[in-house]
Formats: sequence, C-alpha cells, structure tokens
Amino acid sequence: MKLAAFEAQGRARWDRLAVQLDALELGQGAADGVDVADWPALYRQVCNDLALARDRQLSSALVEELNQLALRGHQLLYQARAGQWWSLGRVLGSEFPRAVRREWKLVLVCHLVFYSLALGLGALAYRSPDVIYSVMDEASVRQFEGMYDPEQGTMRKGRGAEDDAQMFGFYIWNNVSIAFRTFASGLAFGVGAIASLVWNALSLGLVAGHLTREGSAEPFFTFIAAHSAFELTAMLLAGAAGMRLGLALVAPGAHTRLSAVRAAAAQSLPIIAGAALMLVVAAGIEAFWSPRLLPPALKLSVGGVLWALVALWLSLAGRARGD
Amino acid sequence: MIDTIHAVQTPEGVDLALPVAGPAPRGLAYGLDLLIQGVALSAAQTLLFSAGQTGFAIGLYLIAVFLLVWFYPVLFEVLSRGQTPGKRLVGVRVVHENGTPIGWSASVLRNFLLVADFLPLLYLAGVVSMCVDPSFRRLGDLAAGTLVVHVAREPRALRAAAPADERERPVAPALPLTLEEQRAVIAFAERAPLLSSERADEIAAIPSSLTQGAEPRARLVAIAAWLLGRSA
Repeated sequence: MKLAAFEAQGRARWDRLAVQLDALELGQGAADGVDVADWPALYRQVCNDLALARDRQLSSALVEELNQLALRGHQLLYQARAGQWWSLGRVLGSEFPRAVRREWKLVLVCHLVFYSLALGLGALAYRSPDVIYSVMDEASVRQFEGMYDPEQGTMRKGRGAEDDAQMFGFYIWNNVSIAFRTFASGLAFGVGAIASLVWNALSLGLVAGHLTREGSAEPFFTFIAAHSAFELTAMLLAGAAGMRLGLALVAPGAHTRLSAVRAAAAQSLPIIAGAALMLVVAAGIEAFWSPRLLPPALKLSVGGVLWALVALWLSLAGRARGD
Repeated sequence: MIDTIHAVQTPEGVDLALPVAGPAPRGLAYGLDLLIQGVALSAAQTLLFSAGQTGFAIGLYLIAVFLLVWFYPVLFEVLSRGQTPGKRLVGVRVVHENGTPIGWSASVLRNFLLVADFLPLLYLAGVVSMCVDPSFRRLGDLAAGTLVVHVAREPRALRAAAPADERERPVAPALPLTLEEQRAVIAFAERAPLLSSERADEIAAIPSSLTQGAEPRARLVAIAAWLLGRSA
C-alpha cells in the first residue's frame, strides 16, 4: 500500500485519537463534554497502524507520529494507579512491620552487632578514661561532658521553647538524612550501611561509658531513654535495609544481580518509609520531651513503655489472624 | 544502530521506541535543579529570618532544607508527569521502563539512591553506570526500573510537501528502486525544504542515473510523490 492511501484511510482516526489524548492528558474526560468512550479501541487500531507503517517502511515522519500517539496512549492506558501504596495508615499499620519481620534475620543481626559493640566499647570507656580520645577530640568531649554535668550541665538547667523548635528541625534534617544515606550507601556492597552501624555503635558506646565513669549516668540515660526507642531502632532498620541492598548484590542467589537488587529495593522501601516516620517521632520526643526536667523515675519508665510499644508494634502489627 | 532507542513491547504487540537521554542532558537538568533548589532555599532563608534568627525560624528552615533536598525531585516527578523543573527546561522526563508514568515507589527509590550514584566521589558510580548501560541508566534507575527519555518534540513538519508546480507532478522512476532507495528518495523530499537550495541541488545531483538531466531536484521530488502514491 502506498503512503497516500494508507494515510487517507487512517488520518481521521489518528487525528481523533490525538484530540482525545490531549483531553485525557489534561485530566478531562466524558464529564467535560469530551467524547472519549472509544479511545482504547482507537489506540489499539493505531498500534496496528504503527506496526504496519514500520513494517512497510513508510515515511519515517509518519512512523514517528504514530509512535508518539501509541506511546501517549500506552502511558495513559497502562499507568499505575498512584497513591495506593502510599497510604500512611497502611504503611504504619501493616506494610512496615511486615517488611521488618520479613527481614527479621538481618534486623536481628544488626541489633546484636550494634548493641554488643556498643556495650563492649562502653565497658572499655568506663574502665579507662583515655579510650574516648582515640575517636573524639578534646573539645567535643568537654562539650558533652558539660552538657550532661550532674551539677550544672545544660541538661540540668532546662531550656525554652525556642531551642526546642530549633532542635526539632535539626533532628529531622540530620537524623532522617543520615537514615536515607545509610540505606542508599548500602548499595555499595553493604559497606556504607555497615560503616554507619559501626560508627553509631562506637560513638554511643564510648560516650555512654565515659559519662557513666564521670558520674553523669543519670542525666544522660534519662535524656535518651524515651527517644532512643524510636531513634536507635529506626537507624538499625535503615542499616538493615541498606545491607539487604548490598547482600542482593553480593549474593543474588538464583536471580541475576539486577533483578535481585530490584526485588531488595522494592522490599526495603516500606522499611525506609517507616524508619523515616519513626525518626520524625523521635525528633519530636527528643526536642520536646527529653530535655524536660522531670523525676528520673518518670522519664525512665516513659522510656521503658516506649521501648515496649515499639517492640510490640514491630512484632505484632499487621499479622493476619492465625499468623 | 547508532540511535539510543529503548524499545518497549506493549501488550498490543507493537514496539514503542523511547529515545533515552544521555549523561549530558541529564547532567544539565540536574545542575538546573540544583540551581533552582539553591534559589528556593535562599528565598526561604530571607522569608523566615526576616524577623530575626529565632529558634522557631531556624527549626522551620531546617525542615524546609530537609524537604527540599529529599522530596523536591520526588514530588515533581510524580506530580508533574516525570519532570522536575530542570528536566522540563532541558526537555527530558522520567518514566518506568515500560514507558508508563513514574509512580511514588520508583521515584523515591531512584532519587534516594542518588546517594549511591555519588560514591565514591562526584557521581563517579552514576556516570560509569550511565556510560556502560545501553539505556543510560544510573544505579538508581537500575534499582528502581526507570528511564530518562527525551520528551517528543512536536511532530515535525517533515511531510513531503505537495508538488509545488508542474515539474513536480508524480513521475515513475526510470529504474526499479529497492526499498532502501525508495526510502532515501522519500526522505530527501521530506527534508528538501529544510535544506538550503544549493545544498538540495547538490544532493539531488548524486543519483544521476535516476534523475537524468536537468533539474534533478524537482525530478526527485516528483519521483517521491509517485512513490508516496500521490494522485497526479
């Protein structure tokens, strides 16, 4: 068939589809008085036309035009419904805890490594005063010693709403960014995630041990008791998600590396979303509750309750009956 | 062969051709986005700190930084049909590998994994990945299953113009032409109006056995009209 005949026979349908696609792309439809009822049928016809035009090597300008029409139709017809996955209640109520439990081995390993490392380093810093200087300089050690000084540290003076708001913003920017980076850098064979895990264990353990040695255990632990339930757990979950990415690359099993990484990334996404939300909660607690001057017993028991709630939530939420 | 086209097979059994965008336009789009983010940040700074650097203002500013750095690309890509402002200016767009519009999961993944593309420094991993992959995908694109493609220009006005005068009325070629030769003649007729008339004459003079004699250009256009099946 010659081009002219082909075009004479198809032109009306191509132009009609183009008009319909214009309307549909603007989010208009039958409600706006545009007749779009038959566009999927027209689209399929245009797909046929495209295949014919290409096969017969008709003008490349025409092939390009039809390819464009078919592509636009394809995008409209086969687009994913947005926002289903993204419902907050579903993520927090089931997707996130389920995703965490699906990775329970990795999460458990992260917790064991992190806390044993932190505990060991804490004991080391508690026994000898010099250990902490091997990773921190004198100025920063003096700074946090001053913060948690049992007599006149900043933690003993309390602070105003201004500082709370500033610290809230800072914790969100800083901590959630660290979690995202920990996750993403896991793609480098897990190295980034492991480094972040080790560094966090190192600083937490050494500071806690050192402060306990200096007699500041009470202001320190009453400060971190509540928000640590969310913050440490979320950081470890982000680390586990990052290690899942790295592991998929190192040991893809029966899959190609590419498809293993894709599956791992898709599975880690609810974990990262949940961890980010946990860190926002942690930022709120750390900014507005943790610095309050309240009886240590109260602060420690609130902390204990939050730890228990986090553990219960992650282990039970989203289980189907009889699971 | 030389074009970078990513073919997607649709359920209708046709191959759609997606023209993927290479490192240069993508880098340019990224640079423009960084610039826009920088301007937005300094605007937020002036606005928030106009009443002095209070703790509230600093807190709000840091939250704005957080949202702008991590969610600017995600929100624009999902809500603005795959285009951040930088991509819109350059004329590229992000789509799923099957050509459908990008959704939340893929956009979050590809943009967060930009961190991995940065490693070990200055986006080395991302650039290497783009240069190695036939569809110019960086690590984030590979993991999220996305592509960056050129936005189609308005369909070009590349249709062989209707015969302008008597000399260009459809004429059958003197020799039988192969399919490839027919395409070349048609392509010439489509493009001739875009060339300078000297250059068009020069090209038309090449297939001398076909044009036979004077005014090779008009002759070629006439043959193209015949090949296209135009009525005289």
